[in-house]
Amino acid sequence: MGRALLYAFLLLATLFFLLPVYLVVLTALKEPAKITLDTVWRWPDPVYWESFRIAWEAFRPKFQNSLVLALTATALSALVGALNGYVLAKWPFRGSGLLFALMLFGMFIPYQSILIPLFQFVKAIGLYGTLWGLILVHVVYGIPIVTLIFKNYYSEIPDELVEAARIDGAGFFAIFRHVILPLSVPAFVVVAIWQFTQIWNEFLFAVTLTRPESQPITVALAQLAGGEAVKWNLPMAGAILAALPTLLVYVFLGRYFLRGLLAGSVKG
Amino acid sequence: MRDRITAFLVLLPSLVAVGVFVYGFIGQNLWASLTDWGRNPAQALALRPELKFVGLENYRELFTGFVDMRFRQSVVNLIFFTLFFMAGSLGLGLLLALALDRSPKGEGFFRTVFLFPMALSFVVTGTIWRWLLQPQGGVNVLPTLVGLPPLSFPWLTTRDQVLVFDWNALPFYTALVVGLVLLYLAWRAHREGEPKRLAWSLLAAGILFLWAFTVGRGLHLLPYPEPHGFSLALVGVILAAVWQMSGYTMALYLAGLRGIPVEVLEAAKVDGASEWQTYRHVIFPLLAPITLSAMIVLGHIALKIFDLIFAMAGLDYAPTDVPAIYMYLLAFRGNQFAKGAAIGLLLLLLVAVVVVPYLASQLRKEVRR
Repeated sequence: MGRALLYAFLLLATLFFLLPVYLVVLTALKEPAKITLDTVWRWPDPVYWESFRIAWEAFRPKFQNSLVLALTATALSALVGALNGYVLAKWPFRGSGLLFALMLFGMFIPYQSILIPLFQFVKAIGLYGTLWGLILVHVVYGIPIVTLIFKNYYSEIPDELVEAARIDGAGFFAIFRHVILPLSVPAFVVVAIWQFTQIWNEFLFAVTLTRPESQPITVALAQLAGGEAVKWNLPMAGAILAALPTLLVYVFLGRYFLRGLLAGSVKG
Repeated sequence: MRDRITAFLVLLPSLVAVGVFVYGFIGQNLWASLTDWGRNPAQALALRPELKFVGLENYRELFTGFVDMRFRQSVVNLIFFTLFFMAGSLGLGLLLALALDRSPKGEGFFRTVFLFPMALSFVVTGTIWRWLLQPQGGVNVLPTLVGLPPLSFPWLTTRDQVLVFDWNALPFYTALVVGLVLLYLAWRAHREGEPKRLAWSLLAAGILFLWAFTVGRGLHLLPYPEPHGFSLALVGVILAAVWQMSGYTMALYLAGLRGIPVEVLEAAKVDGASEWQTYRHVIFPLLAPITLSAMIVLGHIALKIFDLIFAMAGLDYAPTDVPAIYMYLLAFRGNQFAKGAAIGLLLLLLVAVVVVPYLASQLRKEVRR
């Protein structure tokens, strides 16, 4: 009896989580004229693959923007984070703890509280409407979380390793390059996954700081779905495209994804 | 020594960047919120607009001005959204974790299914649920699949409100709620045997209640009554948000449940505790710290919620307004930068109220360790 109840509950929960996905795929595969509200749950007949071709054509530039944005910003912020974490964990100086704490504060602020000065600033330095402006913003506001992850990770590496290399005459960068970096792969994976999904999914900065030609896919999707008289197969196909990269990351690197999630969201 | 200087120089760019982009911009935002930036449309978009200092005028208008009624509804919306979203995500997450903790067959599959919405953006989730919640579609025709009549709830388009109250009564209700929280703290202090904390909490609660019933009730923010309530159009938004985030609370709770030592559970069994008693007196108290951190994270997400509502209902739909949406609308559609900055700052204060005590307590724990 208890067991049956358990499975009934799990089945119900599974339906709650998966039915929306089912409906999205279903709608994306329907001919626009055949999307009527009373047949909404019926499987498309015939299956209309055109939606994906049209959606891909419409979204391809935005998809590319997102890809360039997320990959570049992730790479840069991982690099910055590794160096910062290395300094804070292995070369602490007087006041570095306080500076780190002040840095971490940047992780918690709602970005609405800096959005207007940020907008003015990006405009003033001529990067408004460009992908580079958005990359800069993501790298800077990513500093606290990536620094935190790398610092925590490097704190676990015994100081003796660094000390021994120093006695051998290795300098700051040589130690980083030959002792620390080879041990850093797991931290890089966690940071890369975290930053990639965050930046790919981000919306507020993207909608405030871009023009149509530099829009990431999240902005394009929100505008398409928000338009009047939409044919719903397109936003649904677009939603699948927009979700695909982060979903693939989740499916194939789920273990690291979860680790990043717990590290990032407990935040401290 | 040279290495130490190098180390500092490596960190320096990040320090400067965070200094400017976080602290500098917050300062600039504070200044902007105290000016009349945007009142004169000709000046609004100038690169170096001429600004006049107006003190707290923008804030006064937001809370008591005639034109900003929409802001006040957005605050009420935010409160209800935050409460129900947190309750929903915590409740469903806990149930899912408890179910998975019993090691059903296919546990890995279920875990993946419950957690995958976390990988999506709020924009994708919003787009999906906007379609699911169409008045005569998706969710509403779902019952017909098993032969029941369709639902007719106009999810996102309803303008109905429940739990309506007069904005003028806000100080009174706020004092009441804070007073109750203080009473709870007093009760906890009493149980933990800390008479000093008990006395202070009781005193503070007493003063607050006294104020609420004498001064607070007579206080009028507006010269006329202005009804605000829980906007039912938010139900669908809350549903979508819970769909997205309850997997996360499940993961947290599951990690917590798996972390409870077997000896503890066995000791409870030896002592003759029933299953319910074990949950009530052993497991749930051990999960309390997880609930607290989850509440902080969820509250943090809820207070700045923007993309989900943008994708589900758009910017121009008052019943689902939240401050982040209204701020964007004012600043970037209406060029009312000063007022937008004021809302941004209010959001910062709200988040600080939630996060700072938590961080401080975490820090104290660190130090004690």
